[in-house]
Amino acid sequence: MPENQEPRTRSLRLGVAGPVGTGKSSVIATLCRNLAGELNIGVITNDIYTDEDARFLRSAGVLPAERIRAVETGACPHTAIRDDVTMNLMAVEDLEQDFAPLDIVLVESGGDNLTATFSPALVDAQIFVLDVAGGGDVARKGGPGIARADLLVINKIDLAEYVDVDVEQMVKDATAAREGAPVLALSRKQQDTVQQLCAWVRWMHSQHVNGSHTPIDPGPMAPHFHADESGEGYFHSHDDDGATEPAHEHK
Amino acid sequence: MPWALIMADNAAALLLLADGRLPAGGYAHSGGLEATIRAGRVHDADSLEKFLTGRAVTAGLVAGAFAAAACHSSTKGDQVLLQELDPELDARIPSPALRAVSRSLGRQLLRAATAIRPHPRFHELDRTAHQPIVFGVAAAAFDLAPRDAALAVLHEAVAGPAVAAVKLLSLDPFSAHAALARLTPLLDQLASEAAKHADTAPADLPSAGAPLLDIAAEHHAATDMRLFAS
Repeated sequence: MPENQEPRTRSLRLGVAGPVGTGKSSVIATLCRNLAGELNIGVITNDIYTDEDARFLRSAGVLPAERIRAVETGACPHTAIRDDVTMNLMAVEDLEQDFAPLDIVLVESGGDNLTATFSPALVDAQIFVLDVAGGGDVARKGGPGIARADLLVINKIDLAEYVDVDVEQMVKDATAAREGAPVLALSRKQQDTVQQLCAWVRWMHSQHVNGSHTPIDPGPMAPHFHADESGEGYFHSHDDDGATEPAHEHK
Repeated sequence: MPWALIMADNAAALLLLADGRLPAGGYAHSGGLEATIRAGRVHDADSLEKFLTGRAVTAGLVAGAFAAAACHSSTKGDQVLLQELDPELDARIPSPALRAVSRSLGRQLLRAATAIRPHPRFHELDRTAHQPIVFGVAAAAFDLAPRDAALAVLHEAVAGPAVAAVKLLSLDPFSAHAALARLTPLLDQLASEAAKHADTAPADLPSAGAPLLDIAAEHHAATDMRLFAS
């Protein structure tokens, strides 16, 4: 879209889901810290007991405090992102209107179980966050979030050696469970992995803006990211492969 | 009035609107129960039933009467009357926190109702109208009667807290629903009473109050650790 047209008021709505304690808030803080200079970002948090996550993000100072809003979900975090998204949807729309034009609204689900995923009525794309401390076998178990999310993040890989998890194997298992869809091993302490995360979000945003992204729930194999040693990488999809097996090996 | 006594032919629409699974955000609220439990005033099945009874005959009756009046005004196409209901309901809810909750739930219901049954009547409403008023208009959009609207709002007034109670107390879910079962004759009676006011001037609608519910709502809004939004 040319610059001189009306500002967009519809952001990329990007959900971040995953079990309790895997680092959803930290992923969001990392994204805001690294992307706030180039993209206008807003955040909606869904806490279960408190507005702790919203407070954490506000205190992290990664965004102006008023751009981070908490939605209370009455002990039903999965309902708020799936069965009855009305509260969250209105919170997202209010944020988009109050701070137009926003490029991305990140919606953090309340920490739930492995089966909770966002409805495509609420978000355009979603990241599912696991961590190595939850056990190396979790990714292999699959489930809707692990298998269907647009991106699977395996977080806290800097802790792998302390919890006896083979990150490479965990990524391999996850990639298999996702039939080749993108998996990102992340540590906020390893800048190359942070850059890969940011690259994926930039890519997803550009797909959203140019209209080539269709929310998936569940869907065909999603386009995915291949990182190289420099932390850069490329995305491609298997839409035209015409085969069930990936046309190349996903490491 | 015969329309107040017979079950509507379109009762399926009433069940749809009264169903707690309607995606309109109701599940996040306990109707003041969480704060009341924290204050020690509800602690078991008996005290829960007393709370629900009190809520039905006060906030429930008022909400039911406003839903009935809104349904009637909307069916008549009386937009002026519909607009008058809003400040009148405001005046019956002393707690600012509770007024905000009522408007937030109204906005969510309006969103859900407009999405599932687009209808010109919804344009008559302010974007932040109170929940019972939106409910009355939604009932009218489904050709339901004022008593239907009142009954559904009364049902929600007790069913929401009863279900929340199971999460907040060590309570057998059957006990909570047994309390609801015992309340059904009362709800029917209150719905008929509320429906009698379908044509009452807004200023003269019922104004039963439960001061502790308003105080509880204010305390709840100022609490850091809570399971429910209200």
